[in-house]
This record gives sequence, C-alpha cells and structure tokens, in this order.
Amino acid sequence: MLRDITLGQYYQTDSCIHRLDPRVKIMATLLFIISLFIIDNYIGYVVAAAFLVMAIKLSRVPVKFIFKGMKAIYMLLVITMVFNLFLTPGEPIFEFWVLKITREGIRTAILMGIRLVFLITGSSIMTLTTTPNQLTDGLEKLMNPLKRLHVPVHEIAMMMAIALRFIPILLEETDKIMKAQIARGADFESGSIMNRAKSLIPLLVPLFISAFRRANDLAMAMEARCYRGGEGRTKMKPLIYKKRDVIAYLIVILYMALCILLGKILF
Amino acid sequence: MSIILDHVNYIYDADTAMAHTALKDVCLQIPDGQFIGLIGHTGSGKSTLIQHMNGLVKPTSGSVFFDGKDINDEDYDKKKLRAKVGLVFQYPEHQLFEVDCFSDVCFGPKNLGLSKKEVELRAYEALKQVGLPDEYFYQSPFDLSGGQKRRVAIAGVLAMKPDVLILDEPTAGLDPKGREEILGLIKKLHDTMGITVILVSHSMEDVADYVERIIVMNKGEVFLDGEPKKVFAYYEELEKIGLAAPQVTYVMQELSKAGIPVNTDVTTIKEAADEIMRVFG
Repeated sequence: MLRDITLGQYYQTDSCIHRLDPRVKIMATLLFIISLFIIDNYIGYVVAAAFLVMAIKLSRVPVKFIFKGMKAIYMLLVITMVFNLFLTPGEPIFEFWVLKITREGIRTAILMGIRLVFLITGSSIMTLTTTPNQLTDGLEKLMNPLKRLHVPVHEIAMMMAIALRFIPILLEETDKIMKAQIARGADFESGSIMNRAKSLIPLLVPLFISAFRRANDLAMAMEARCYRGGEGRTKMKPLIYKKRDVIAYLIVILYMALCILLGKILF
Repeated sequence: MSIILDHVNYIYDADTAMAHTALKDVCLQIPDGQFIGLIGHTGSGKSTLIQHMNGLVKPTSGSVFFDGKDINDEDYDKKKLRAKVGLVFQYPEHQLFEVDCFSDVCFGPKNLGLSKKEVELRAYEALKQVGLPDEYFYQSPFDLSGGQKRRVAIAGVLAMKPDVLILDEPTAGLDPKGREEILGLIKKLHDTMGITVILVSHSMEDVADYVERIIVMNKGEVFLDGEPKKVFAYYEELEKIGLAAPQVTYVMQELSKAGIPVNTDVTTIKEAADEIMRVFG
C-alpha cells in the first residue's frame, strides 16, 4: 500500500542523467519549472513535453514508475482543475444554477493541469535520478555564496539530507504500524470522516514516538562521531563539473531560449 | 482451523527494477494445536510468509486457506480472520498508543465490536495471562520496561482470543532473562489454551526447547520441515545457509565422532545431559 508512493524516491539504475552533476540537475529542474510559468500557449507546452520525454528516456526510469508518483497528487490536480474550470470569469458557454463554465475557464483548467503534471514529473525526474546525498551536496555547493550573508548553508543542507533520509524510514514504519494495528482489527478504510480521523490515532501516536526515538538516536550517533557543523569539513567526493555537465547546461539554456522566444513570436 | 498454503508466490515491487521474489512456491499445512518454529535468515521470507496467514499480504499467485476457505476471496471477512489468526509483529511494543496498558489491550477486542463488558473482561484476562503485575494495569505503557511493554503488546493480540498465535521474533532485543520469560509465557499459553503457535526466529537455540515442529526457510523457499530432531540432523546443510543447530547437537556429534556411543538426536541441554549420563552410567 504505502510502497506505492514513489514521490521523492530514488530509482537505482545507470544512465547519463544519473551520472550528471547534481548541481546541473537542480538548476535544470529550477529552470524547467520557471519555463512552465513563462509558457502560456499550447506550442510551448509541446516543447516542454518534448524536453520532458527526452529527459525521461535518457534517465531510463520506467515511465510507469514515474506516473505511479502521480497518484499522490491526484486529488490536488482534480481540485485545481475544478476550481479553475468554474471560477474563471469570461465568456460563458455552459451555465447551470450557480455553476458557470467559461471558455477561459476550460483553457486555464487544462493549462493548469498540464502545468502541475509537468511540474511534478520534472521534479520527480530529479529526485528519481539523484540520491538524497548528492542532492544536498549539490544544494550546499549552489548556496555557498550565501555563506557570506551568514546563512547557515551547511546546516540547511544537513537538515534537508536528514529529512529526505527519513522519508523512506518513516514510510516503512507507517506501513509496519498500520499492519500491526490492522492485525488487531483496526479499520483505516471505511466509516465516516470523524471515525476515520479517530482511527488514525493508533497509527499517529506510535509513529510520532518512533520519529522522536529515531531523531534522538541519530543525534547521539552524530555526537558520538564528533559532528559539530560544517566548519572546516571536507568532502569525500567533491563536486567537479565535467564535459557532460557543460553539454547538459547548454541543452537546458537552449530549451529556455526556445520557450522565451516562442512566447515572443506568438504574442 | 488449520491453515493451508498452496503454491504461494510473492514478489515485491513487481514490474520494477527492484522486483525481487520473497516467496517461491511455498506449500505448507499447519494443523490445529501445533507449536511450530519458523526459522530463517534475515530476508529469507519468514515475515512475508506470516503476513500471508492473516491476509495482510495477498500472494502474487497461489492461495491461502483458513478452515477450508480461501482467505483472498472477495467476500471473505478479513476482520474475523484477523481475530482468529493473531499476529504479533517484531518489536510489538512500538505499536502501543493508549494512555494506559489496559485501554491499549482493549483496542483489539473493541474493534471486534464486542460489548464493553466483554471487551474489559478479555483485556483483564489477557493481561493476567501474560503475567503483568496488577499495579501496572493503569500506568502508561511508555513508563514500563522493554520486557513489560512487550507483554502488554502480546496481551493486545491475545485479548482477541485467536486460535492461531503468530509471533515474529518475540525475543528480539531482550536480555536472556526477558527472553526466557517471554518464551516460557508462550509455551504456557500453548499448553493451557491449546492454541496453535507459530514462533518466528532466527535462532535455533530459542526454539529448540519448545517447539514440536520446525520449518526452515531459505531464500523464500521451504528448506526443511519436520520435527526438531530430524531438522537438526541436517546441521551441516543448516550451516551452509547461515544457520546453526543448537550447541548440544554439535557436542553430541563430536562425542559420537570420538567414538562414544551417544544418541545424537537430542535437542535440549537436559536431554543431552541425561544421554551422556546414560552412556557413562
């Protein structure tokens, strides 16, 4: 059941995307997300889709696996689309009671839906092809200039690494506790909303306790190994840009230029 | 009330690169009232196997029958099944959540839809059965020691009055005294209530003294299945898959090799001592 959630998971395989420097992937994802907000016509989305398909193909992550992650945001997607569909003012084409569907509404709903799906898919490709450690290493390096402004970059990166590391652990724990309570006759799936919320107590209390216990253990383990922040720490695998990273940057810049140009030409 | 597993296969994460087979063509029959030890190395599929027995996991192929009925049928009442087949998970104390021990034990029977009186009666009975001292009944389970917490957690399953009790490594993380206490308790439950008990462990030493049948799992398959004496006779094969027979088996085998005519199929320290005394008269 909970194993189905693939959002933010790493998919182990060997591909050119997996081998890229994490900084490239973070920047590419960021630019891709920005591009989704620059684009406001269908042709632009075709370009974005082409870019995305290329990235998926190159990453060698099964398409099925990527879309499994979509299940988690399915409700969000539906709500966003419904709100946009009914609440966008404009030229009405269908009216019923207080509900009104407008031409603009349909357009925004579709664009919003596509945007959201692309956004999630784009960032999933990053997390699926980058281990949490690489990801935080990359972030730390990218944010390095902020150190001059006394931003605790290393601490932020460490917190992120721990948070990411804990996601699968807590998921596994949830699965285990859920099974244990189901074995004691608990029912998480039926009943009224109130009952269902109540039925979560036997799940949430042990989960919180276990999260605290694990956090405590981790803090002890870190202290036992004399961890005291980023000052003077060196890396075992320092990040160095290679030729393929430069090529990847060029491709992303080309894509961005194309997106901006498309907006300019058509409007 | 017997459980039958018929050609059960289970694959984790099917259709992905991480797919791996957890159970391979497992056929087992578990008759009433038996005390069974399920042994296997970490990752041998024991935990997956027991989760099939109360319908928490659905086999990828094959069927599981309880009392002659397929438990994965659409209209099979899984809730009733889970009352009949009680499953105590590894580190069961991690599932405790109520403000006091008594209410926590009430959780199971309450889910069965019994009356308040019946629920409390069963909870009281279960806590008595696991030997929790009265003064702890209304204390927070989180203030108890590890061994006591585990007793409360086991009581939580016992209160559902299962016909089959499955315990996944009930002694993990306990000191030798706590271990013996828990195992003795399980033995007592089996003897007095006549329920079927399946004890999952990776230590032969743990189960040898108690069980009447041992099932050895290896890489998702049933490797050996039989009386402890018969299983331990394959001690060399057991070693190959990373398990070991109880130490007395080795002592007896060595004695036998040294030319002392002892009977090698003893399983407990007491039997071994008696046997050696017999030979040396």
